[in-house]
Amino acid sequence: MGQTPNLARMSNPTNMLVEREVLSSVLAAALGTGAEFAEVFAEDRRVTGLGLDDGKVEQVSSGRDRGAGIRVVNGETTGFAYTADLTEPGLIAAARAAASAAASGTGGVRNVGLVQSDRRVVSPVAVYPDTIAKATKVEMLLRANDAARSAGSSIVQVSAGMGDSRKRILVANSDGLLATDEQVRINFRVSAVASGDTGMQTGVQSIGGTIGFELFDDNDVEELARRAAQQALTKLRARPAPSGSMPVVIKCGTGGVLFHEACGHGLEADLVGKGASVYAGRRGEQVASPLITLVDDGTMRGEWGAIGIDDEGHPSQRNVLIQDGILTDYMWDHLRARKEGRPHSGNGRRQSYMHLPMVRMTNTYVLNGTETPDDIIRATDHGVYVAQLGGGQVDTASGDFVFGMVEAYLIEGGQITEPLREGNLIGNGPQVLQDIDLLGNDFAMGSPGTCGKDGQGVPVGDGQPTLRVKSLTIGGTAA
Amino acid sequence: MSELLSLAERIVAQARPGEQVEAYVSRGTETSIRVYEGEVEQFTSAQSEGIGVRVIRDGRTGFAYAGTLDASVIDEVLADARDNVQFGTPDEFAGLATPDGVAIRPLKLWDERLERCSTADKVRLAMDLERHTLAGDARIRVESADYSDGGGEAAVATSTGIRAHGRENGCYVSVSTLADDRGETMTGFGFAVGRDPAALDIEKAARDAVDRATRLLGAGKPSSGRTTVVLDPFVTAQFLSVVSATVNGEAVAKGRSIFRDRLGDQVASPLITIVDDPTDERAYTSTEVDGEGLATRRNPLLSAGRLDRFVHSSYSARRLGTQSTGNAVRGGFRGTPGCGCIAMQLVPGDRSPQELIAGVDNGVLIQMVQGLHSGVNPVSGDFSTGASGLAIRNGALAEPIKEFTIASTLQRMLLDVAAVGNDLEWLPMRATGLSLVIHDVTVSGS
Repeated sequence: MGQTPNLARMSNPTNMLVEREVLSSVLAAALGTGAEFAEVFAEDRRVTGLGLDDGKVEQVSSGRDRGAGIRVVNGETTGFAYTADLTEPGLIAAARAAASAAASGTGGVRNVGLVQSDRRVVSPVAVYPDTIAKATKVEMLLRANDAARSAGSSIVQVSAGMGDSRKRILVANSDGLLATDEQVRINFRVSAVASGDTGMQTGVQSIGGTIGFELFDDNDVEELARRAAQQALTKLRARPAPSGSMPVVIKCGTGGVLFHEACGHGLEADLVGKGASVYAGRRGEQVASPLITLVDDGTMRGEWGAIGIDDEGHPSQRNVLIQDGILTDYMWDHLRARKEGRPHSGNGRRQSYMHLPMVRMTNTYVLNGTETPDDIIRATDHGVYVAQLGGGQVDTASGDFVFGMVEAYLIEGGQITEPLREGNLIGNGPQVLQDIDLLGNDFAMGSPGTCGKDGQGVPVGDGQPTLRVKSLTIGGTAA
Repeated sequence: MSELLSLAERIVAQARPGEQVEAYVSRGTETSIRVYEGEVEQFTSAQSEGIGVRVIRDGRTGFAYAGTLDASVIDEVLADARDNVQFGTPDEFAGLATPDGVAIRPLKLWDERLERCSTADKVRLAMDLERHTLAGDARIRVESADYSDGGGEAAVATSTGIRAHGRENGCYVSVSTLADDRGETMTGFGFAVGRDPAALDIEKAARDAVDRATRLLGAGKPSSGRTTVVLDPFVTAQFLSVVSATVNGEAVAKGRSIFRDRLGDQVASPLITIVDDPTDERAYTSTEVDGEGLATRRNPLLSAGRLDRFVHSSYSARRLGTQSTGNAVRGGFRGTPGCGCIAMQLVPGDRSPQELIAGVDNGVLIQMVQGLHSGVNPVSGDFSTGASGLAIRNGALAEPIKEFTIASTLQRMLLDVAAVGNDLEWLPMRATGLSLVIHDVTVSGS
């Protein structure tokens, strides 16, 4: 587009972020103190963001980050340095800093022959978001604002945002690996505030994917906005959530966060390796209801957590973590897999070139069961139906976790009845996995999420069919 | 004059007629060391820099940033911000801050002792922390022991006359623990924060990490019901950070604060007095200037429970016909300033935590909360969070309890505060901590 000419030039995918010869000399410098492994991770990331609030498009912004992180492993020690300077001298200075941080001796010269792997496209992009006029994006925000406000006179405030990013990464390491990827993501979110006799309530909806602007071919932002508004309006007549333990039915596509928190983090090999997971040493054991097959899948086309390669250069994979309730495998990064002498699983990820990679999820989901969602609700005499979950948090060592209910209803006599105000649910991961007693046939993926671990955020997806947990503690105030 | 401020000035000097331009420039260094089982596991040493440029024209705002100060990129950043400016909706209140005559109060935010500290000494601090922690209790394992420090300088200049520049450094140690007993594992953490590495209280960090992990071993689930809770200082600080959203001038202007119409009203117990004071050097987040380059100042928010003041950036102040309180906050060069509390302090009461607990017949000491981001909605006031701690019976601490929630509303919790402790703690957060007693909170357990 004419409005951002430099952007088109910089994003030329045939243009290597760092030339092969430079990578070789940087790796040689990184190995100069006798280290056994060295890696260069280079990144060029462009973002655009638009925010609407209070009826106005308040701001249009764009940003660029470009740099490289260099990792040197020597025995049990990892040295790391990063730089925004991608010239050969800049990279070599960072390589020396990383090498000296991991130093134990001198190594002489080791040359690395880099073999470039073919780029595998997991999530093809039809329309790059940076080719869409900003005016078009602005107009979508305004339409979302109008749609939410038209949903009812009690809607008193609306905010909406759209963000897109185009990230090119390159990984080269001393094993001879050389791989690149391009990750294009786009998201749209709307939140609404409704005001009534009971005070104010909020509704929030978002969509996103590792995909181009074609995301909006099948997703209408006005419909998204109406759903956010309706959620806020419904909650105006919500009563306080109950307090205590009871059956909880979780709608398809919103409960993936349950598995992300209840067991996903506990299946990350770094936490397992340090004995900081309740699932350590339990491969081959029945850790969940036999209904549950849990998969982590970075190859899921278009999904928010999809990647062509992970941030250590390994191709993404579909990994079965739990099969029919039996723990089959953990998720791995390069260092842990290397230590165990086993294949990596494509789960080494990092927030940016300024961060070290670690074991992370991609898209984590539970496969379909056999029940219809209606049957699951009808089979529940008294409980809570959660139509939308919010964020969560887990203590992987004890397995105790919480997550928020953004939209929930009472179930009475097998029927969904009154809406409930917000609250947290609390449970113990291993216990909840065993307590899933009904599993639906209506699998759906959920909204885009950002997973935080050790201060780093990465995009993740999750999904599941409608399901019932026999007993969870609801953190409301009603008796 | 500082090099960064000159750079910022050169950019704003390019402002065209009818245009306001702001440049925020920063540069920093970082060292982080992670120790595991007596060896350095990770050592990171890095430098970063960047620039953010805001352009306002005809009431429209455009922004762009880049994670570099490379001369070839800086002009592109200004051009991108100018390109972005044409797409916003005109807002008569949009604008940059203008100098308001409030003098900057000089603070000591830079410590040369940190600059002089050797790498070997930093590694030793993390190793000492791991060793002290392991020595604290036979049931303890250490998941990681970390030392981190950072130093940086930032400058902001605007075509409306703002010129501000500052630098600061700081360091901390932290440790994550696991305690095992009879097939059960609990986690804990401890930390110490400062500007002089030698002054970091390693032993206290180790002791906290041991106590937090071991005190919950054998914990059960409490029964559900309404009860009195005592919040530990660390939990109170997190509670205050939720309260901060209700006095945020921008939330007030946009109708998102539960207290938007309550200025001058009694919204909390008379025991509650809260100020936001970034000029207090003891605060981890103390700063001489806010995110727009105005001098920070001491702002009373609640006095004896009466709502005194909202905090404002120049934007929220213009919208509500008042003055900025020096509360623009920005998270670095990648974003534009918002509005918020910077360094909240709850004024201490006169009783020790032991006296507070002795005054509670039956209740719960809350030592940890989980899921504040998912279970608390500052717009509706609904408050629900996962918790763990110790039961209180007849004024004494009793058995450990976990896997329960505490719930109420923000409005009620503020009014239901029954006592404030004297155990003020300075924490690496935007709020201080002390023990707080709150009546009539719902506990959901078994």
